[in-house]
Amino acid sequence: MSRQQIINKTLPKKGRSLWQDGLRRLGRRRFAMVCLVVVVLYFLLAGFIYLAELFDWQVAPIRWSQEVGSQYESPSRENLFGTDMFGQSVLRKTLYGTKISITVALFASFISIAIGVPLGAIAGYFRGFIDEVIVWLYSTLSSIPYILLILAFAVVLRDKTLFGYKLTGITTVYLAIGLTSWVGICRLIRGEVIKHKNREYILAAKSYGCSNSRIIFRHLLPNVFHLIIIDFSLRFVGFIHAEVILSFLGLGETTRPSWGAMINDARIELARGVWWQMAAATFAIFFISLVLNVFGDALRDSLDPKLRT
Amino acid sequence: MAAYIIRRLLYTIPIVFGVLLLTFILFNMVGGDISAEIAGKSASKETIEEIRKERGYDKPLFFSWDSQFVSHFENALTFNLGRALDREPVIDKIKRGVMPSLALTVPMFFGVVIISVGLSLIIAFVRGSIWDVLTVVICVAGMSIPFLSFILFGQYFLAYKWGLFPIFFSPDLATAQYVALPVLIGIVTGLGANLRFYRTVMLDEMRSDYVRTAFAKGLGTGRVLFKHVLKNAMIPIITRIVLAIPFLFLGSLLLERFFGIPGLGYLMIEAIGSRDYFVINAMTYISAILFVIFNVITDICYALVDPRVSFE
Repeated sequence: MSRQQIINKTLPKKGRSLWQDGLRRLGRRRFAMVCLVVVVLYFLLAGFIYLAELFDWQVAPIRWSQEVGSQYESPSRENLFGTDMFGQSVLRKTLYGTKISITVALFASFISIAIGVPLGAIAGYFRGFIDEVIVWLYSTLSSIPYILLILAFAVVLRDKTLFGYKLTGITTVYLAIGLTSWVGICRLIRGEVIKHKNREYILAAKSYGCSNSRIIFRHLLPNVFHLIIIDFSLRFVGFIHAEVILSFLGLGETTRPSWGAMINDARIELARGVWWQMAAATFAIFFISLVLNVFGDALRDSLDPKLRT
Repeated sequence: MAAYIIRRLLYTIPIVFGVLLLTFILFNMVGGDISAEIAGKSASKETIEEIRKERGYDKPLFFSWDSQFVSHFENALTFNLGRALDREPVIDKIKRGVMPSLALTVPMFFGVVIISVGLSLIIAFVRGSIWDVLTVVICVAGMSIPFLSFILFGQYFLAYKWGLFPIFFSPDLATAQYVALPVLIGIVTGLGANLRFYRTVMLDEMRSDYVRTAFAKGLGTGRVLFKHVLKNAMIPIITRIVLAIPFLFLGSLLLERFFGIPGLGYLMIEAIGSRDYFVINAMTYISAILFVIFNVITDICYALVDPRVSFE
């Protein structure tokens, strides 16, 4: 055995970080990866429609208002999902609805992360009076039933002018969802930070004289970041469903097609035997919820060190 | 014990204060003066002024003994919920809506709990088999279908197409008749998430040491499941049940809308349509109060059931 071989053998194997390990385990789950691909496709579609609107590309989904046939045409080869009351293509409306739903869910996630994560980290790190105030804040919010709270926010914020910006359509929806849904993530991060606070690496950082903000944002948050991702991959579904319900109740987007509005239209259409608008919207929602649920579960199983086997 | 309950009740004061502060910020500060909206488009200046006076929007927001802030708290704490847009006292509307809502939500809720706890025990028995996997798959699929689709397709096929149930509420129907289909739809929708939750609870219990001990001393599966596992799994189950009770009073927004049941969910939908801040405000406040009360009850139940929780 040469000297080099002996060195190779005695050197410890390079360890894997939590992330590397988690992603490797995730990659092994074939079905979860398929789901991830579908999620990415939904996002790409939403992004594509967004770009097409921005640069005024004349592609089918953004020309949803075009009349492609007569009223209530049943599904055929030309119109895959048939037409609605105005002779518009249901397929195009469904595709366009993707943009609305993904935008709302994404912005709602950003808002609730932006509020919940710093508040949770600060409460857990400083404790004392600050902690009590933040806990009081989220206990208050969580003592009002979730759907009622969202509705109250959506009704009040609708058509209001805040800071010179008029809140209309989906802006109201994601503000209402975002401002009410940070409680869960705040509670989670607070609990986790309290646990981490007395670990050696934080004590070491303190002994080096790191500032509080550096400890929180450079040391603590990266170590609880996987929890945020897991939480939101599962919460995203809830946001999409909330958007559908708000649009259905007429509190969402009114001038452009959305899945909730399509279901609302279908309420009257079903009695006339027009099922395709309903089926298209249901299928679109069902599919993205399913893949997100499956992928979120897989993500939790592979990223959560507590579930490691 | 008494001291524990009193202390626990004192903790609720800041929460109630917070809820009132939140509704004040929402409806009086952000929402603001809606008297012009109430009066309608072609109303004269005098009418608007009259409504403003009646609703108290002419008072200052803060810093006065008769400010909106003070009267908001005063009204809420004396349960003087004011009048809705159509001038009917809000409390009367709520009283009228409670019974239809409860007739819908109570059977729905207990149906879901009994079926999912029962099924989860069976799953704990056959864990790891194809039936277990199949149930989880069906649960996840069921959770992914939007609630609205369940209602619409249920109403269309079961009531409209096949005529098994009345399609819509009407006053001359017996309660059992018009709630039957909404309850059924509610149970089917609720099963997915609940069954998954209880399955996790049961499987967690199945892994504990006392279960292994019970099997080791030769007890039968049925005895272990019902005498040991179910008893220990009762704590999360009870918490979930007690905390869900305040939501039962709210009724079901969507089910009541689709089936025209005149409950509290329907009241909310109407209030949203007409932007009736007063009804929404009252509903928010009352549901928060109920939630806080049932939270205290859960804690007391905990302390009674679980000897590890002390009253100190």
